[in-house]
Amino acid sequence: MTKPQQVDTREMRARYPDVFDRPASARLATPVMIVAAFAILTYGLVDLDFSPSRFFAGLSQLGWISLMMIPPDPGSSLPIYLKALGETLSIALLGTTLAAVFALPVSLLAARNIVPSNILRFPIRRFLDSIRGVDTLIWALVWINVVGLGPFAGVLAIAVSDFGAFGKLFSEAIEGADQKQVEGIRASGGSALHEIRFGLLPQVLPVIAGQVLYFIESNTRSATIIGIVGAGGIGLQLAEQIRVLEWQKVSFLILMILVAVAAIDFISGKLRFAIIGRRAVA
Amino acid sequence: MTIAVSILPEQQLAALNAAYRQAVSRRRLRLLLGAAIFAAALVLAAIGAEVNLRTLFTYFGNFISYFDRILTLDSGQRVWTDVGEWLWGWRKWLKMLGETLLISYVGTLIGATFAFCLNFFAAENTSPSPWLRFVVRRLLEFARTVPGIVFALVFVIAFGLGPMAGVLAIAIHSTGALGKLFSEIVENADMKPVEGIRSTGASWLSCMRFAIVPQVTAGYASYALLRFEINVREASVMGFVGAGGIGQELVVAIRKFYYSDVSAILLTIIVTVFIIDITTGWLRGRLFGKDART
Repeated sequence: MTKPQQVDTREMRARYPDVFDRPASARLATPVMIVAAFAILTYGLVDLDFSPSRFFAGLSQLGWISLMMIPPDPGSSLPIYLKALGETLSIALLGTTLAAVFALPVSLLAARNIVPSNILRFPIRRFLDSIRGVDTLIWALVWINVVGLGPFAGVLAIAVSDFGAFGKLFSEAIEGADQKQVEGIRASGGSALHEIRFGLLPQVLPVIAGQVLYFIESNTRSATIIGIVGAGGIGLQLAEQIRVLEWQKVSFLILMILVAVAAIDFISGKLRFAIIGRRAVA
Repeated sequence: MTIAVSILPEQQLAALNAAYRQAVSRRRLRLLLGAAIFAAALVLAAIGAEVNLRTLFTYFGNFISYFDRILTLDSGQRVWTDVGEWLWGWRKWLKMLGETLLISYVGTLIGATFAFCLNFFAAENTSPSPWLRFVVRRLLEFARTVPGIVFALVFVIAFGLGPMAGVLAIAIHSTGALGKLFSEIVENADMKPVEGIRSTGASWLSCMRFAIVPQVTAGYASYALLRFEINVREASVMGFVGAGGIGQELVVAIRKFYYSDVSAILLTIIVTVFIIDITTGWLRGRLFGKDART
């Protein structure tokens, strides 16, 4: 057994100045950031009037509400709720499909390898970005003004807001496609449309199908909430029952939503793997 | 130079062709079947959602003219001809936008803090006991599946109208979403440092602090920034149910048909979301390299 060699700190310090004497800016960066983050937090808490008394009063109120939610009980309105749930699923399915159908041609125009001209592509991209910048709920409000209250407004709201998202995702999928197959088609004398149909689409369709399924899944969630502003589906029932303080019905509705979302997750997960294999879809 | 293409003898070719046709026809059949099922589901959904194409075609003009109307001032001119008149309420709107940003900031920070505390219990490799992991995971799942605005609806009744309900709703939803992402980072962390620290006799807490946390902070910060971006959008609609922020102004403008105000508020929201997206994207790129930008 040999004794571990004594380390001369001074020598080490001279040899590795970066480790022992870090510049003040590097040492201070983290604490300064943390202090700044908490300063903004405190300012926010004060500005948004978070008083402890109000917080705890609300918390005890919330405790009461949760107690009153047990046991979940639909009363006599179970058929109505089931119908509303069906409506929600319909809204998600139809809205997503509509969006995908309209987004596909537009996404071709927004893809760099199809439309090389920046001048043409830029406005389309910005257009898609601004559609995405507006939340689904806002679109729902706008459509309610146009086609009136009801699930149809919800379908259109989801269709419009997904149109923006799909346009971007699809065009990214198209840009990521392998160019060699397109070149092959061109070399054999195919027209531009042939290139897209036989060179590009076979590559991107599975990716797109995966994304559409994923969006149907996440739109089930969006479709539950657009009802809150009056665009049909189970959200409408939920908002109404919350407003009239029927807590047992509220908890039943929330449970229904959770179960439905889990079921859709499961089904679309299976379908997605069947279509594109075990690959992650972002 | 000529290239000879060798053609297989007739029987072999026939067999291969038959196999090829069978494979193709089977695929076609499956595709057709899938398309039929999908079409049937669509028709069913269309009936369920009370789709009425006649309404759509009658009113589609309204949709276009709606945008025409929101881009017109009361005086009948286009909004951009008189920006001062169009953005007349910019002081109030900027204040509300500031409130929206604060709501999402405070909500994200509280949510991230809770997610940070909970995620070690939810991760496969660091959770001290299986039943604790099960409980925490279900809790996070619940927090992320119930939409934020539903929490906001309930909180508005419990805590009263105002931004507090919005902050708490966003905080809970972020806890659920970030908790899951954080625990996935922890599951991908290298376990050798943990072994090293545990072999010195350290407690579970010290193992987490000195072995796991240094590996995962960059990933946490990146996800938290991404969440902040999402929460800004979310906070902009919290006002619809009375939970504070610019949404309140927007919903009043839409419902009361103050057309030019609608476009002005939408513009401010879109610009803010753009700015936040670009800033956080840049920040994540600066902090964590180019890969974190997506």
